Amino acid sequence: MDHTAKKLGKLQFVMGFLKGSMGLFLTSILFSMFNTALNTMTPQVIKVAVDSVLDHKPFALPDFVIRLLHLDELRAGHTVTWLLWLFAGAILLIALLAGICSYLSRTALAKGSENFVKEMRDKLFSHIQRLPFCWHVRHQTGEIIQRCTSDVNVVRNFVANQLMEVFRTVFLLVISLVIMFHMDVGISLIVLTFVPVVAAYSGIFYSRIARKFRDADVAEGILSSTVQENLTGVRVVRAFGRERFEIDRFDEKNNRFADLWIKLGNLLSIYWGTGDFITGLQILIVVVVGTIQTVQGNITLGEFLAFVSYVSTLVWPLRELGRILSEMSKAGVSIERIAYILNASEEQDSPGALTPPMNGDIHFEHINFTYEGQNPVLRDIDFTIPAGSTFAILGGTGSGKSTLMHLLDRLYDLPPECGRITVGGVDIAKMKRDWVRQNIGLVLQEPFLFSKTIVDNIRVFRPQASLSEVRNAAQIACVDDAVQEFSEGYDTVVGERGVTLSGGQKQRVAIARMLMQKAPIMVFDDSLSAVDSETDSQIRRALRESLGSSTVILISHRITTLMQANKILVLDNGKIAQMGTHDELVNQEGIYRSIYDIQLSSDDRSLLDEKEEK
Amino acid sequence: MAKKEKSASFDYSSWKRIASFLRPFKVPLIIVVTLNLLSTLVDIALPLFQRYSIDHFIEAGSLQGLWEFIALYAGTIAVQTLFVIIFCRQSMVVEMSLGRDLKRACFVHLQKLSFSYYNVNSVGYLLARVLSDTERIASLFAWSLVDILWALAYVLGVFAAMLALNWRLALIVMLVVPAIALATLYFQNKILHWNRKVRKINAQITGAYNEGITGAKTSKTLVIEEQNFENFKELTTGMRHASVKAARLSAVYIPIVMCLSSAATAIVLARGGYLVLENVILIGTLSAFTSYAIGIFEPIQQIARTLAEVISVQANIERVSGLLGEEEGITDTPEVIERYGDAFHPKEENWEPLRGEIEFRDVSFRYPDGNEYVLEHFNLTIPAGTTVAIVGETGAGKSTLVNLACRFFEPTSGQILIDGRDYRERSQLWLHSNIGYVLQNPHLFSGTVMENIRYGKLSATDEEVMRAAESVSADTIVEHLENGYYSDVGEGGDRLSTGEKQLVSFARAVLADPRIFVLDEATSSIDTQTEQLIQDAIAHLLRGRTSFLIAHRLSTIRHADVILVVKDGKIIERGTHEELLHKRGYYHTLYSRQFEEESAMRILKSE
Repeated sequence: MDHTAKKLGKLQFVMGFLKGSMGLFLTSILFSMFNTALNTMTPQVIKVAVDSVLDHKPFALPDFVIRLLHLDELRAGHTVTWLLWLFAGAILLIALLAGICSYLSRTALAKGSENFVKEMRDKLFSHIQRLPFCWHVRHQTGEIIQRCTSDVNVVRNFVANQLMEVFRTVFLLVISLVIMFHMDVGISLIVLTFVPVVAAYSGIFYSRIARKFRDADVAEGILSSTVQENLTGVRVVRAFGRERFEIDRFDEKNNRFADLWIKLGNLLSIYWGTGDFITGLQILIVVVVGTIQTVQGNITLGEFLAFVSYVSTLVWPLRELGRILSEMSKAGVSIERIAYILNASEEQDSPGALTPPMNGDIHFEHINFTYEGQNPVLRDIDFTIPAGSTFAILGGTGSGKSTLMHLLDRLYDLPPECGRITVGGVDIAKMKRDWVRQNIGLVLQEPFLFSKTIVDNIRVFRPQASLSEVRNAAQIACVDDAVQEFSEGYDTVVGERGVTLSGGQKQRVAIARMLMQKAPIMVFDDSLSAVDSETDSQIRRALRESLGSSTVILISHRITTLMQANKILVLDNGKIAQMGTHDELVNQEGIYRSIYDIQLSSDDRSLLDEKEEK
Repeated sequence: MAKKEKSASFDYSSWKRIASFLRPFKVPLIIVVTLNLLSTLVDIALPLFQRYSIDHFIEAGSLQGLWEFIALYAGTIAVQTLFVIIFCRQSMVVEMSLGRDLKRACFVHLQKLSFSYYNVNSVGYLLARVLSDTERIASLFAWSLVDILWALAYVLGVFAAMLALNWRLALIVMLVVPAIALATLYFQNKILHWNRKVRKINAQITGAYNEGITGAKTSKTLVIEEQNFENFKELTTGMRHASVKAARLSAVYIPIVMCLSSAATAIVLARGGYLVLENVILIGTLSAFTSYAIGIFEPIQQIARTLAEVISVQANIERVSGLLGEEEGITDTPEVIERYGDAFHPKEENWEPLRGEIEFRDVSFRYPDGNEYVLEHFNLTIPAGTTVAIVGETGAGKSTLVNLACRFFEPTSGQILIDGRDYRERSQLWLHSNIGYVLQNPHLFSGTVMENIRYGKLSATDEEVMRAAESVSADTIVEHLENGYYSDVGEGGDRLSTGEKQLVSFARAVLADPRIFVLDEATSSIDTQTEQLIQDAIAHLLRGRTSFLIAHRLSTIRHADVILVVKDGKIIERGTHEELLHKRGYYHTLYSRQFEEESAMRILKSE
């Protein structure tokens, strides 16, 4: 019961994507049926030609056809050759019509299945983009990509090829059997008994060796990762002088892979050979029984020939049918794997979500936060960032500073009763998620750049922005000069297929990108760490001049950066350790003063003498 | 990337190089070819049974000799079955053995190629050469070429049979052949073109998924999900277009072939029927002709298809042959090999012990793929047991000196002496066996912790491995693992954190007990808990060894005997920590930047 429900679920899942191209699939099926039906006509034409022209038997055709074409007159006169050409013409005409049907069926199928697969790919991409950040943290990239590519291909193959093939084979079988039974029941029964035997034979064979195929796949995977590890670790291999050891290790996997396939080859060749044997036997029996029947006068010579040609066209699709049926189960697994992604829920806004102005005070109210299954990260955090001010946060690794910013940008949602974050007095949980993010410019410590040109990376938020706007932002971020130095300037492609930017350059491009957002709230999450302090202060000076009334949140380790802020918060282990202006904090005992002492009051002497204080 | 699309001219030497790999498989290949030709004969003979039954039983109206007929027919099928089984089996043996040998040859050769080759060819590119190109080549030789042979033999045999049966009718059928061959060549080329496009877009789609997933956080913060989706849809639309185009081409091609085939059947029927009526041939012969006319078209398509395939495999053959023909950048002279052995057959008994004194004498160097000298007339003497630190920004070229010292590259001019002798007078393996190397992203291999540490010294006992692990505190992480030393570290060590991998790679280096030690940004991204452990481990490691530290935590750099500061690929400052700070130059800037962060981190941690 549960099992059928599950199967139905999968079917519905696939149907959901088929909806848009149902017409195309039906067209394809329809023309495929015409094509099959037409193809079964050719042996009939030959049969009539052989019996009625060569053997002078009465035409086994409907009366109106005989009258319409004056067949009897043609035969009676001396124009038998014409009659033969007429049948030859019929064969060509059938082939032509069948060809047109085949073309129509195939193109409709191609369009339908490409629509289907496009729909599925698009849906997956857009869905993944909208899955909550925590989902992304929990799942491995390679694994998701595999589901989006290989599994989608398996499903596509199922819909586009396997389903259609099964359908076509069954239809061909039915129509051929009907015609054959019409001609002679005895021989038809013999053919019919072979159907389950052949289909079952290949079906059972393929499901039996499925495990061996998997073994070979696994061996191939191991071989591939062995080579990959060797190539990526080439420095380690050389430095330890382990070339010989590596080759031995490779040989073992390589030989295993080859051996498995040779063994599989043995089985496959037996399968192919036996398959050929059964097929040959099937034709042999039809030839022999047909001969006997013809000699005894039960069927005509034409019918005999028709039987042989029907059996010959049936044998291949039948053998394929078994294989396809046994492979169809793979599609079920793939569908499940895709559905797993699509069934995860996207980020959603509550109905009536607000879009209030975001230029007010930011208030973190008694925040407590714990990542799923871990220790608390934030404990009773409560502070206010006045609108338009610059606010700095200092904290060690794991102090919770990045978590605070993730919560502000709604990358994570605060569970109820864990406090709330308000901007201008409105709870951000009640706002539209996109609205919150559009109004907060966030630069991460290790920024991600897209594999596009630099100019497209900077204006990714506003693709219609002009080059001068882009350059303006780049100038504020002090990266314009560096970009100009590239041979292709702003049109330089970054990332895997282009140039590699240094950590500092990446950070500055990300800052320029964020500036294009013109957001009322800007967050720099340790985003100048890879830039030296001079450039750092230069960037901050330029920023101050252009920021206007934006509220700025800075996360940094640099006292010179922190001291510019109107207020500084020191986070330690998820709790507020200190808060105040630079002057207040410098005059207090505590973390801030200790760091200040080392970083600023120190000249070269103390840099050198710095004690190994634990 | 040295990607070469298929060149127009036929590259004879590439084929020759690959064909030489076929030599060990002469016997199976001869079996394959012979059986193939024999089974072709049987294929040609089969329609004759039908002809016989019509002419001798049906037309004669007698079943005399039916049993003999059945026996012969069944016997023929049985023999054919045997041929197919043996032939397929041998083909598979050839395919897999040839593939195995080609892969091995590529792999072995890659172990000898210099790092400059690795610098210009990505791992993905090399992986495709070793694994997929070789497989395509093997399958070409084992199946496709044999298929062509079968098809050619079949076509020729059928024509011979038809000519023997009735030569006029045979000539008529032959008229259709060139039309099919031309249509196939024409369409196959076009279909190939669109299929290539489909594969290209497919790779882009995979790339887009990758970027969409790894960049998800950034996309969210910038609220550009919709825009990413629009870009993605352009790709999938292009994909649909190309796929439908390819499908449409074959949708035209297949009916054309079918129609041509039917035309042949029609001609045979009309013309052959007339001959039957004229009593020139019997009906059985006509039916055999019909079978031949239908049966001949598959092989003709096969020939054309396989030819198209051979042309496309040409590119794979050139790439593999190119890889195998790639010069080894760094080789030992015959005299050196004579005395010290090569990488696979070392003569360790002749190896002198290495003390660890390294001297750069008037060394100039540029990378083989670069045109600017990164070192010019550089001199530096590193006494045994001292520490050299190399600092500079990411991508500034800090690894150059280490690459030279380890002989991953050789000086363009000048000499590098180890213990007073030019290192080219000794074997590479001698030097490499004395080097311990720890990378920023430590590279581990799939397998257990034990196996990974033992990589440093293959003959080490379990106790030795554990002792090495303890000496760098790697035993602390082993304790947390389910199966201790026998826990699987996953692919590339993925199941361990960076810090844990770091410790394992330290243990591996300690076990090797090298005289020269290289730490390549070895401790840059480490969580705070492991950091102290690692600092202690490094101190332990460096004791008494010549060592290179590349851009490193301050506490270790400061105590280096000499610090080299690198910017834009060149050494711009050199001296001890104190000297360099007093200079107030680039080192001072770099140092204060690191200092700020580390001091803050230290205080925040100790609170």
